[in-house]
Amino acid sequence: MADVAIVGFAQAPNVRATPGTTNGVEMLVPIFAEVFERTGLSKKDIGFWCSGSSDYLAGRAFSFIAAVDAIGAFPPIHESHVEMDAAWALYEAWLKIRMGEVDTALVYGFGKSSAGHLRRVLALQLDPYLVAPLWPDSVSIAGIQARLGIDAGLWSEKDLAEVAARSRADAVRNPHAQLSGHVEVTDLLDAPFVADPLRAHDIAPITDGAAAIVLASAERARDLVERPAVIAGIEHRVDSPVLGARDLTRSPSTEAAGRAIGVDGVEVAELHAPFTHQELILREALGLDDQVRINPSGGVLVGNPMFAAGLARIGEAATQILTGQARKTLAHATSGPALQQNLVCVMETRD
Amino acid sequence: MIASAAEAETPLSAPLNVGFDYTRSVGPILGRFVNGLRERRIEGIRGSDGRVHVPPVEYDPVTAAPLCEFVSVGTEGTVVSWSWMAEPLEGQPLQRAFAWALILLDGADTALLHAVDAGTPEKIHTGQRVRVRWADEPVGHIRDIAYFVAADAPEDSEPSPVPPPVAKREDRAPVSMVITPVHLSYQHSVSAEESRYLRGLAEGKLIGQRCPACEKVYIPPRGACPTDGVPTSEEVELPDTGIVTTFCIVNVPFLGQRIKPPYVAAYILLDGADIAFLHLVLGCDAADVRMGLRVRAAWKPRDEWWTTLENIDHFEPTGEPDVPYESFANHL
Amino acid sequence: MAKQLAAVLGTGQTHHKAKRLDVSMPGLLREAIDRAMLDAQVGWDEIDAVVLGKAPDLFEGVMMPELFLADSLGATGKPLLRVHTAGSVGGSTALVAASLVQAGVHRRVLTVAFEKQSESNAMWGLSILPPFQMPVGAGAGGYFAPHVRSYIRRSGAPEHIGAIVAAKDRRNGALNPYAHLRQADITVESVQASQMLWDPIRYDETCPSSDGACAMVIGDEAAGDAVSHESGAGGAAWIHATAMRTEPTTFAGRDQVNPQAGRDAAAALWKQAGITDPLSEVDTAEIYVPFSWFEPMWLENLGFTAEGEGWKLTEAGETALDGRLPLNPSGGVLSSNPIGASGMLRFSEAAKQVMRRAGDYQVDGARIALGHAYGGGSQYFSMWVVGSAKPAV
Repeated sequence: MADVAIVGFAQAPNVRATPGTTNGVEMLVPIFAEVFERTGLSKKDIGFWCSGSSDYLAGRAFSFIAAVDAIGAFPPIHESHVEMDAAWALYEAWLKIRMGEVDTALVYGFGKSSAGHLRRVLALQLDPYLVAPLWPDSVSIAGIQARLGIDAGLWSEKDLAEVAARSRADAVRNPHAQLSGHVEVTDLLDAPFVADPLRAHDIAPITDGAAAIVLASAERARDLVERPAVIAGIEHRVDSPVLGARDLTRSPSTEAAGRAIGVDGVEVAELHAPFTHQELILREALGLDDQVRINPSGGVLVGNPMFAAGLARIGEAATQILTGQARKTLAHATSGPALQQNLVCVMETRD
Repeated sequence: MIASAAEAETPLSAPLNVGFDYTRSVGPILGRFVNGLRERRIEGIRGSDGRVHVPPVEYDPVTAAPLCEFVSVGTEGTVVSWSWMAEPLEGQPLQRAFAWALILLDGADTALLHAVDAGTPEKIHTGQRVRVRWADEPVGHIRDIAYFVAADAPEDSEPSPVPPPVAKREDRAPVSMVITPVHLSYQHSVSAEESRYLRGLAEGKLIGQRCPACEKVYIPPRGACPTDGVPTSEEVELPDTGIVTTFCIVNVPFLGQRIKPPYVAAYILLDGADIAFLHLVLGCDAADVRMGLRVRAAWKPRDEWWTTLENIDHFEPTGEPDVPYESFANHL
Repeated sequence: MAKQLAAVLGTGQTHHKAKRLDVSMPGLLREAIDRAMLDAQVGWDEIDAVVLGKAPDLFEGVMMPELFLADSLGATGKPLLRVHTAGSVGGSTALVAASLVQAGVHRRVLTVAFEKQSESNAMWGLSILPPFQMPVGAGAGGYFAPHVRSYIRRSGAPEHIGAIVAAKDRRNGALNPYAHLRQADITVESVQASQMLWDPIRYDETCPSSDGACAMVIGDEAAGDAVSHESGAGGAAWIHATAMRTEPTTFAGRDQVNPQAGRDAAAALWKQAGITDPLSEVDTAEIYVPFSWFEPMWLENLGFTAEGEGWKLTEAGETALDGRLPLNPSGGVLSSNPIGASGMLRFSEAAKQVMRRAGDYQVDGARIALGHAYGGGSQYFSMWVVGSAKPAV
């Protein structure tokens, strides 16, 4: 089976609201151009295209269809789509290259959260018979999860504020970040609750954005870039949707995915944690000690383009390798309420 | 009219409301649960590992096996965790600030997610005892539990929230369906290119756009040329005449339809355009519409114009001879 | 770099109806899944991953339903994917599931596709209009009818071809215990007498709106070898070739009648399968025909006949159950159309034919079968070739 490597990554600026459309074309056209430039490829060199997006973010059925305009899909292309974060579209592309059907792929994700009311829309991910009809919003559910950890002594509100402060400070160096800056933990803790026990800094912002990654077989990758980020392992698992039936302070699906790959030697980890306490859950689940640098990009707390955010974590972690800053990195993506479904990708240089 | 350059640059947007009252058949397991709610009873179901799941689940989370052993549980329980909803959203159980909570009912092994009418965040805590506040008129729906209150709270004298819509059923037949309205509001934006086209329509103009790569003229324009993936920026003003390439006669009414059938829905290829768009053909018998028919736009009165293709009420035959099939065969 | 062999080990589907009011969504899915796992003789501990396919979330009003369905799908603790490629989704879902085995990642994968569109209304779901647009469309039928008219004009096909297809597919449906519409007494004349809906498409030439699900278990070579041949049934359905292609919904000069994406997918498919004369080498095909005229259109698009000639094969009766190339022996989309599942139904019915498990609509001696699906504005195509023997190396 062919090894697969990431050879290019581009992302749209993470903004509170883009004037563009919900089909993402305005955000995608420039970043496709960017990845083509970085890799020296053009659309005719791409063997497989795969995207991740959500109709419910756009308020339109079939909203992903218009996004294909950004590609210029004629002559016809080999293409597919998942109604999930584009990290899972990357998984689908990884399969195609691995089995030798194609040797390059372009994966993209996009989301215009500003079009609707995100925390309300996400209630529709819950059981449609007995839970969603109450409209429990995503922030409230995360708040319940956060309090379980506080009550159990797993983390304090100060621990959470420290995650937020560190993320924003790191984001100063990230030109795509929506939020950045130096803040004092004490100042953060003085802010009022938004959804007790969560404060504004504990919650990822509303973001419009897009991301694109080019994959190639490891053999082809060597012709395209100097230091391809070879995917050493990629795994994903899902937990039960029943919030009251599992221990929300842990992430068994993340533990299982991480275990299946093995995370020894990882230097940098980009974790998809839209709430501060979730970063702590994920670190624990993956067994990442203090030596591992977490979210040098600032993570999604500084910009959370739904359906592209998980893919962007993979892109950020890959960039560490592409630019020679690290030799082995990890990226994580999540889907569903309270970290229900999780994907882990470990990349390394084969230098 | 466009008032300023700045206004001309901002793409048009408008509300898009998407809603339906979904009719969900519940099947035997959830059906038994909601029928119990109607009688102010709560039942859980025993899983493969012995845990009593409340609410019941049809399939076991560990073994995936179908479950069937129902167990009665109490209507009082303990708060396992909570968060505060300071400004409730549309559709939530209460419209005054409340707590979301996971509540472990007496006899259950899994917690139920619901609302607690605590009043203020100081009046709720993990470990607190709470009890069900039933709806005044239970109908067989999770909202028959209107919300929870502190176990020692006095009886609620306020009326409970309005019950959800219910499906018709025969007398004495059990509830087998729940109706769950899902109504969402979005702000829908069109692309900059489409905005220019729509603003042109507001002035009675048909503005297409040419792709710089393939040089085809698109109307309505797209954010990017579908074959080249680049923005179509060069504006081309088009006449309001053209031909019918192909069409159908819509005879059937349907939910969401806005024009009364029968009517001709036709692809109109304007003179100078390289792509056809769907519109209506009226002003003649539907049976007289043909592929290749020359047509012209019939505009609505000017004072009814706004940023939409509906400013053209329909297309109608010009009376000119039909164009030869070969001239538009590649547009089919 | 060679991809691994994969095979269909078993299939299952629900009884398709306008409204399955007797079940919840999990119940509907499990009806198909439980049948498929029984047919494949596998237990939950042998399933390594689950791939779910479904058309737009708005039909059921659930966002990303794989999440709430995880327990019902037996996916908890396992990898779970959800594919959405419009109407072709049932087919592309099967292809993603197959790729998990072909890439050597898993040994056995459960794949399932469904739609419980009676929870809302399919026409409503397909007709939601964004602001500024003109409300002239009329659902899927209104979208495709003008292109059917173009086909008739282009090919010179006589008017009754659509009725021949409709009568054939509905009578085939009567042989299929799971079909939604089972009309043993329908005739070409009765179809022609039915109400015109979107001229030139008539009521009886139009697919129903159905609630339903379809499931398959796909396995690796060892799993395929182990599929029992007892009581006259065939073994596994070996996947010989797969293909999918996409093109934009509209562009200047697009051929809406004979889309390039369909032609390209078919060409890639036949090449991968080593088939040079599809009409002779393929024994039967389940192709996505939601409006009767798509049968001759797809015959041409797939390369079974030359362009403009597809209707002749239909008119000569060659696509009937006893013809040279039986098309949609199961009754096809015209008999059952749970939108998200329809593509997978085509793929699984093709598999059933070469597994000799098609019961009363079994095509004698079927050894090579095509499964085909399309979606969107005829812009997404997915297809596979399955065979009762392993593909030649």
